[in-house]
Amino acid sequence: MELSTVWFLLIAVLWTGYLVLEGFDFGVGMLLPILGRKDTERRVLINTIGPVWDGNEVWLLTAGGATFAAFPEWYATLFSGFYLALLLILLALIMRIVSFEWRGKINDAAWRGRADLGIIIGSWVPSILWGVAFGNLVRGVELDKAHQYVGGFFALLNPFALLGGATTLMIFLTHGAIYLALKTDGDLRERAGALASKLSIVTVVVAGTFAVWAQVAYSRNTWTWAAVVLAAVALVGVVVATRLRREGWAFILSAVAIVGAVVLIFGSLYPNVMPAFDTANSLTVTNASSSSYTLTVMTWVAVVLTPVVLLYQGWTYWVFRKRISVTSIPEHTGLTFERTSA
Amino acid sequence: MEALDLARWQFGITTVYHFIFVPLTIGLSPLIAIMQTIWYRTGDERWLRLTKFFGKLFLINFAIGVATGIVQEFQFGMNWSEYSRFVGDVFGAPLAMEALAAFFIESTFLGLWIFGWDKLPKKIHLATIWLVAFATNLSAYFILAANSWMQHPVGAELVNGRAQMTDIGAVLRNPTLLAAFPHTITAALLTAGTFVAGIAAWLMVRAARGKKLELAGLYRPAVMLGVIVMLIGGLGLFVTGDQQAKLMFKQQPMKMASAEALCETTDGASFSILAIGDLTNNCTGVNHVIQVPGLTSFLASGDFNSRLEGVDNLQKSYEQKYGTGQDYKPNLVVTYWSFRLMIGLGIGSAALSLAALWLMRKGRFPTSRWFARLAIWAIPTPFLASSLGWVFTEMGRQPWIVAPNPTGIDGVWLLTSRGVSTVVTPAEIIISMVAFTLLYAGLAVVWYKLIHRYAIEGVADSEQDVSPDNPDNPDAADRPLSFAY
Repeated sequence: MELSTVWFLLIAVLWTGYLVLEGFDFGVGMLLPILGRKDTERRVLINTIGPVWDGNEVWLLTAGGATFAAFPEWYATLFSGFYLALLLILLALIMRIVSFEWRGKINDAAWRGRADLGIIIGSWVPSILWGVAFGNLVRGVELDKAHQYVGGFFALLNPFALLGGATTLMIFLTHGAIYLALKTDGDLRERAGALASKLSIVTVVVAGTFAVWAQVAYSRNTWTWAAVVLAAVALVGVVVATRLRREGWAFILSAVAIVGAVVLIFGSLYPNVMPAFDTANSLTVTNASSSSYTLTVMTWVAVVLTPVVLLYQGWTYWVFRKRISVTSIPEHTGLTFERTSA
Repeated sequence: MEALDLARWQFGITTVYHFIFVPLTIGLSPLIAIMQTIWYRTGDERWLRLTKFFGKLFLINFAIGVATGIVQEFQFGMNWSEYSRFVGDVFGAPLAMEALAAFFIESTFLGLWIFGWDKLPKKIHLATIWLVAFATNLSAYFILAANSWMQHPVGAELVNGRAQMTDIGAVLRNPTLLAAFPHTITAALLTAGTFVAGIAAWLMVRAARGKKLELAGLYRPAVMLGVIVMLIGGLGLFVTGDQQAKLMFKQQPMKMASAEALCETTDGASFSILAIGDLTNNCTGVNHVIQVPGLTSFLASGDFNSRLEGVDNLQKSYEQKYGTGQDYKPNLVVTYWSFRLMIGLGIGSAALSLAALWLMRKGRFPTSRWFARLAIWAIPTPFLASSLGWVFTEMGRQPWIVAPNPTGIDGVWLLTSRGVSTVVTPAEIIISMVAFTLLYAGLAVVWYKLIHRYAIEGVADSEQDVSPDNPDNPDAADRPLSFAY
């Protein structure tokens, strides 16, 4: 296999890691006001992802860095072309990160309210926009002869891409609810499970429509029907598993559905990385890639380090495997801005 | 303003801002690891209290460093897409390696450290903070590898109008990198040492004046630890800065000539301490008021009489090599002053550590208010020096985004004006610049309020060993989390 194709696969793997992992912590953030009725419950939700969300986010940075290294033309065209969309994602992620870290630092309800708002907005915005971005990639965009994006911002808001946004939104909401059912205990576990069950039905409809539309209208390959079927079967499995409250199975199937979605997205692009309306201007794995020397170096780095990362991240999930309930949440340890005692 | 100027301002704002928080993360993580190691070795609860106290300050700071770091990786593609096309083959590699080799370790093991006090055996838990400290420093190495390549491209050749990597070993052993890395790390140590010593000294004086002698005694070793790290950092900066300058005279003579506002090629060039000029970037208009004879030549080569090339002569030779119609001088005012202020502020805070050592000799306890005040005022100086150092490095490289390697490869260079995105409109950059600036300003206010509030609170009255090693602890399953957001 050509090295540039290997790297196309590796970038798909990195995005899979990102969407499977950050997918549920986006979901948890989005569900904060829905499942967390009072502060202790909200703290349960946040602390299910507390030790891991930062590590999950590094998958995005790695995918970004790898795209820069392996497909500089793709990185350059995509990031300058989807400028305002990426700006919104960045602003949202910044708010989300500091809100997580700083929420508990000041013991004050208004302070926590503002942090919650940061987490909620910071989780909803990227959950929708990643789908919009991927939708546009699959659909194709207007590139000129120099491979520059010339379509403008509003062209990105077409019906297909917006359905893509709804798809990632629904998948992450369901994925997050399932994760919460798996990681919490008591009343929250029950409510998260029931919500996951309801959400999963909407997800099948939305994601199924998007997948079939993508396959029929835009996929460059017939074999990606397999990914459509895989994702669909997994999502139906999620409906069944959440109904039966088989939380472990539901989570695995939901992750498989995301894998299916990534395979569909990347598979339907190939051999393009960024198809253009005028196919002569498309960026492909060949014309967008780095030299074979750089790709060889990066292959070694990725092949050696990725399994190690998976190993210690996996260990982290093992260390924090215990379910969290309202009784496991300690008193607030944050200070107040006014000094109460000397 | 044109897209180019706006994009440069945006990069300047977001990068200087990012690098306010990063040196503290790099320098403070090994310091906290040392504190926790002392607790682990001695079992002295006071070191646990100090570890947790500075750990909280570390985390408040860490969040903002991470949040602003994502922007750094994305904005090359967003604002500098033509640069990205030109350098991606080489420049992307260390960025991807940073994420895979360093940032994953840092973020994953920091999560384990924060939430793992009651979950991990003491020894393993201690290892997690050491891994964080290792990874933050490794992270700096890769990022500096990328930056050093812009200063001094190596291990690459020009193919079809873009740079292509030919030797990753050369990129990761770039002499520029080997000089910049120790300079950056020692600067981070000075920053963190000053931060720890400054806060601990202020708290020590407050405790001593409030007749809480036991508490003052707790802070004293933390002040000493901070001061010693400051001293190591300060001495290290002196040595590494000297080496870096010598290298820069060879690699980027224009940057160094501008730093001295040295117009004509001179034997035995003086070191200018104060110069007055106009803002036209015309070198001959600069009037040196105070200078030390021969010192610049000495700094460049170890010989007071050596010949140094001046800005005007370099301009002529650059025109011959790279074409006429381009001003190859960086902004002289910014280059000259950022270089001087960096050195001055660096020496200033390192000198304070000597003063503190003297005042605390043989078990002495400074209790005066001015000592406490000075300790607080010392804290921002290394931050400022770091920022000015980067302003100097990056502004001094102009008009290049990839500076030509004077001794090596041909053709691998790029003017900053050719690196900016061509499809991004000035309006889009203004929107993003305003958005980032407002958000960053708001976050800086909150960051300061949190750091200030947690600093004046001081250490907790007591801290418990909650590790599973402690036989007094009930089974972890039966108690609340030791830490929760």
